[in-house]
Amino acid sequence: MAESAPPSRYAPGTHPDLPPPVRTTGPIAWAHQNLFSSPLNIFLTLAGLWLLYSIIPPLVEWAFIKSVWSAASRAECWDRMEVAEEAACWAFINRRFEFFVYGFYPEAERWRVNLCFVMMILAIFPVLYDRMPGRRHWFWYVAAFPFLAGWLLVGGFGLAPVGTDDFGGFMLTLVIGVTGISFSLPIGIALALGRTSDLPVLRMLCVLFIEFIRGVPLIALLFVASTMLNYFLPPGTTFDLLMRVLIMVTLFSSAYIAEVVRGGLQGIPKGQVEAADSLGLSYWKAQRLIILPQALKISIPGIVNTFIGLYKDTTLVLIIGLLDPLGIGRSSLADSAWAGLAREMYLFIAVFFFLCCFGMSRYSLYLERKLDTGYGR
Amino acid sequence: MAAGNQGAPDALRASAADGATIIAINGMHKWFGEFHVLKDINLEVRRGERIVICGPSGSGKSTLIRCINRLEEHQQGSIVVDGTELTSDLKNIEIIRSEVGMVFQHFNLFPHLTVLENCTLAPIWVRKTPKAEAEEAAMRYLERVQIPEQAEKYPGQLSGGQQQRVAIARSLCMNPRIMLFDEPTSALDPEMIKEVLDVMVELAESGMTMLVVTHEMGFATAVANRVIFMDAGEIIEQNEPHEFFNHPRHERTKLFLSQILSH
Ligand SMILES: Nc1ncnc2c1ncn2[C@@H]1O[C@H](COP(=O)(O)OP(=O)(O)OP(=O)(O)O)[C@@H](O)[C@H]1O
Ligand SMILES: [Mg+2]
Repeated sequence: MAESAPPSRYAPGTHPDLPPPVRTTGPIAWAHQNLFSSPLNIFLTLAGLWLLYSIIPPLVEWAFIKSVWSAASRAECWDRMEVAEEAACWAFINRRFEFFVYGFYPEAERWRVNLCFVMMILAIFPVLYDRMPGRRHWFWYVAAFPFLAGWLLVGGFGLAPVGTDDFGGFMLTLVIGVTGISFSLPIGIALALGRTSDLPVLRMLCVLFIEFIRGVPLIALLFVASTMLNYFLPPGTTFDLLMRVLIMVTLFSSAYIAEVVRGGLQGIPKGQVEAADSLGLSYWKAQRLIILPQALKISIPGIVNTFIGLYKDTTLVLIIGLLDPLGIGRSSLADSAWAGLAREMYLFIAVFFFLCCFGMSRYSLYLERKLDTGYGR
Repeated sequence: MAAGNQGAPDALRASAADGATIIAINGMHKWFGEFHVLKDINLEVRRGERIVICGPSGSGKSTLIRCINRLEEHQQGSIVVDGTELTSDLKNIEIIRSEVGMVFQHFNLFPHLTVLENCTLAPIWVRKTPKAEAEEAAMRYLERVQIPEQAEKYPGQLSGGQQQRVAIARSLCMNPRIMLFDEPTSALDPEMIKEVLDVMVELAESGMTMLVVTHEMGFATAVANRVIFMDAGEIIEQNEPHEFFNHPRHERTKLFLSQILSH
């Protein structure tokens, strides 16, 4: 194919910018390159299309087109279908929705949970979104939020008290998840700094703690929380079960966060500490202004990964008798009017968890992109 | 004025000679584990003096200037910087570090902060300068190193030479009395070396006390009051640059000079 090059049409230095050849841009070229570039690729594309075709339409039909949204019982649901059991009976979820959200939280007091939820959104927003106007002024509100929320949910001081054993459903998931996430990050960072510090005793304590917690399954820790703690506490003291669970979940994920952050700390070149030192910054200022912002940035994927794990692990509290959404679902299935609708229930809960976790995952991608200052890589 | 300029400004050189002692190192030793890296270092630097330190790789040049702001700890002897002795007292160390600027071979800019934030960080957090004032001063220094237009960029978006000039500006923002340079140009492409050296020459002309580890002999001849040659952890020989390059006394100095001047 070797041809002698034709003489250039342009004198040296005068070559204009030309548009690319037709076949390298545009939708047809894209499809050609990405979907049909080789026999294997063509096969995979067709197989994928066939798979989508055989899953999506029946699923849509089952979940939306033929499904029943209101009915008093499973039997009524099935009566309304052309063929019994052919589609989803969302009436079940509909009827039980409040139970799924609030657990046994007294109906008259549920506005407190709702208020809490709104306040949580208001508190999370300035933390997650740094371009919010007047972000600084929200600081005190954000700092006060956990206490306000605790007061609202548990009551006392003018509000009717509600026992934590009445907490349940998505509300319980959020309480455990949000508490665990927001406390395990600072504790984890402190542990990571301890583990990388120059003080041998501190370092050893941190290593011991981290390795112990990481070496034990969360379930075991939850059992310790629910049963064994009584042996260590003086007889007669009552220590709220939910509180114990919150502490255990927080400690558990902080050990993981500590290791993720330590990885980030080790990824920061020594020169950064030296530059900070040489400017006269103290250890704490250097950590806070120079080292941690960079280390946390590298650790974002790992941190979010841990948080997602923690959020899903909140379902384990089922085992020690707290009513998380799965617990609610199972007890709802025990109701003879609704028995046998496990598919609807599990799908509903799966969608709830998926939305939360997917949100976290997208947020972490947004953060990574935002914090990318084009250094290294 | 370019660093390659051989005609040394004599007025400039003479002006430094009458300064008071600002760094006094006496009988200083340092070990890395069993390895004796600095041996009996005695060095006195006067205010406004510009010293170039050279020597083969591994001879302890970096370690010596890093001892002056306690990035490395010495084990014997004394180092007194501007009247404050370096001991393990953290307060003293922080005082000295805020008086002594340091420029590194690999710049060590803070990649998550803009150029301007790099420059204002230490004044704001160490000196407690109000932000507006610190930014104004930072812009002055960025103009001095000729990159005010890059203030809002991140270090990752600058060339090596620009980054090193930002690093110099960042140190200057603390109004240091002494500037330490550890091979500031050896990670740079040839065409960027000059822009950094020009900034350093300008700084020398302003009367800054400077200790520079470098193999840029043009720079040494142009601005140094004294060239120090180190080998295997010892100061072998020191002299004013003309004498040093033309009439080295020590065999090892001659060998070293023949090696670096041969290419
Ligand atoms: N942290 C350290 N631990 C152990 N040995 C070290 C350490 N830092 C430096 N050294 C050793 O000390 C010696 C002197 O190092 P130094 O960096 O001061 O040399 P240098 O003269 O600056 O060399 P170069 O021109 O290559 O930068 C070298 O042999 C080096 O291997
Ligand atoms: Mg060195």
